[in-house]
Amino acid sequence: MSRTLTLALSKGRIFEETLPLLARCGIEPQEHPESSRKLIIGTNREDLRLLIVRASDVPTYVEYGGADLGVAGRDVLLEYGGAGLYDPLDLGIARCRLMVAGPCGARVDLPRPRVATKFVELTRQYFAAQGRQAEIIKLYGSMELAPLVGMADLIVDLVDTGNTLRANGLEPLETITQISSRLVVNKAALKREHRRIGALIDDLAAAAAAGRAA
Amino acid sequence: MERQAPWLLPDGVDELLPPQAAQAEALRRRLIDLHTVWGYELIMPPFVEFIEVLLSGTGHDLDLQTFKITDQLSGRMLGVRPDITPQAARIDAHQLRRPGVTRLCYLGSVLQARPEGPAGSRNALQLGAELYGHAGIESDLEILSLMLETLRAAGLEALHLDIGHVGFFRTLSAQAGLDARQEGALYDALQRKAVDEMADVLAQAGVGDARLAERLASLARLHGAADAVLAEAQGTLRGIDPALDQALAALQRLADSLARRAPWLDLCFDLGELRGYRYHTGLVFAAYVPDHPQEVARGGRYDGIGRAFGRPRPATGYSTDLKTLLALGGGSAAAASAAGGGILAPWGEDAALLEQVQRLRQQGERVVWQLPPDRPEEPQQRDDGGPKERQQRLGHESTRVEGTAEGTDEPVGPGEQGCDRRLVARNGRWEVEAM
Repeated sequence: MSRTLTLALSKGRIFEETLPLLARCGIEPQEHPESSRKLIIGTNREDLRLLIVRASDVPTYVEYGGADLGVAGRDVLLEYGGAGLYDPLDLGIARCRLMVAGPCGARVDLPRPRVATKFVELTRQYFAAQGRQAEIIKLYGSMELAPLVGMADLIVDLVDTGNTLRANGLEPLETITQISSRLVVNKAALKREHRRIGALIDDLAAAAAAGRAA
Repeated sequence: MERQAPWLLPDGVDELLPPQAAQAEALRRRLIDLHTVWGYELIMPPFVEFIEVLLSGTGHDLDLQTFKITDQLSGRMLGVRPDITPQAARIDAHQLRRPGVTRLCYLGSVLQARPEGPAGSRNALQLGAELYGHAGIESDLEILSLMLETLRAAGLEALHLDIGHVGFFRTLSAQAGLDARQEGALYDALQRKAVDEMADVLAQAGVGDARLAERLASLARLHGAADAVLAEAQGTLRGIDPALDQALAALQRLADSLARRAPWLDLCFDLGELRGYRYHTGLVFAAYVPDHPQEVARGGRYDGIGRAFGRPRPATGYSTDLKTLLALGGGSAAAASAAGGGILAPWGEDAALLEQVQRLRQQGERVVWQLPPDRPEEPQQRDDGGPKERQQRLGHESTRVEGTAEGTDEPVGPGEQGCDRRLVARNGRWEVEAM
């Protein structure tokens, strides 16, 4: 009966900040992804393993049932869209803001700004909700470059400290939304395994609350 | 970009080949028979109809899912059906117009403009049943029982049934006096069970009643084993509103009845389940099996459908996809149709041979003509030709050795068509002998 549960995580900040939460639930990974290169990592709990995937792939793994649960940034979830997943819990980790930014002193109210971003859906929705027309340019990274080389008027990107923006002569202009990482759950998995997954959600909720208080 | 190979199918569109197609057909017959003995009458609505029908009742959830084309005859918009339910409702309300209860079932191709969910096929073979003209819990139970029996007949095991009721959210959000946009935001958060976002929406909407906000938020947590959920909900949601009490009573009766009818069933309640919220009016339910990331069958109550056709009727029904059933429950169906074999008949004009072939076929035997070689330069086909020689004979014109039994190295002759017996002339009579 005890099918192994799978939790999908991305390397880097999300993994580092999820570890303490898992530790508070008594879950320790057997290896560290930065050193082991393994993509499936066991834990001290026999019925739980970790899957190391790209951040933007977490919702896909969870919706397709490749993983039962996952930790994904709210930015990724909003961009992924759809109601195919449960995301019952804000883990309060990997916090940042999704912002519109541009060259210092740039006008935000251009009639038809060219906006470089990797969050195409989110950007379209944000500008459309304000009745603003925008030309969206899809990039996969280093959005800050686009205004510098004259490709775009504005960018939409995650901003943590704002140092990267400043180093490239850009400044934050508008906050679209606050971002943190959320726990996502496959719908069918939660229904079938409501006891085990429900208990894990409760444990993680308590751990996240303790993390916030700390 | 290179031109795409012309034999590729569009994304999300699949087809059934031998032997799966035959298995699907066998399963289709079994399941239609099952619905017939339950008293459900088969309907075959058209593959396209005016778009208004397809979008009526079930609301605009289906708008984006519907392929639209212009009817050159009328200038009006046609839709290719993404779901047969609205067609069944139209037939009940307008074509049949019977007083009392009408039970209909259907099985046919549907087409969805967008693949729904993981690796979803866009051209499902939708099987479903609808019961019109009865508003009580008994008809929901009948549909649920029929759905479960259908799944079991298709060979699906370890079924998990998940039941919700849209009345909880509908009643509580009406109490909160939300406008359409706020209700939409709350619905979106509840559908994802995002409790924290529900609290945000309620705070922004200015819902001051803390107990009401807590009740709404509790819907995201009220899921799990039927008894436990019901016990908790009885404590927090009873005695507030007659609609909630009715919904709770309905769930209680379902739990009691299903415990008797299907004690093997893994039954769960989910009071925050809002599948098809925009057109469902009461119970909603879905069945799951282990290791499949989506539900395998779904349904619920949608009273008032048919209003668009001038005749609102209580209605409850379920639907599933025959191809999904085949893929998940394939074992028993495959075993049933794997037998077969057949009789190979040499091509000829002999009247006795023709008569014998016809007689065997009437008895239900599979009889296949062995066609003579159609190219004079080809060597005469021999039954005992070795595999090597056959490969050479087929040469480069085909890489597939026709009739090769799947999964075995034992070659079947190219003309033998999977037969295990053949007709031979003996003393002027045509007799069947083993090959």
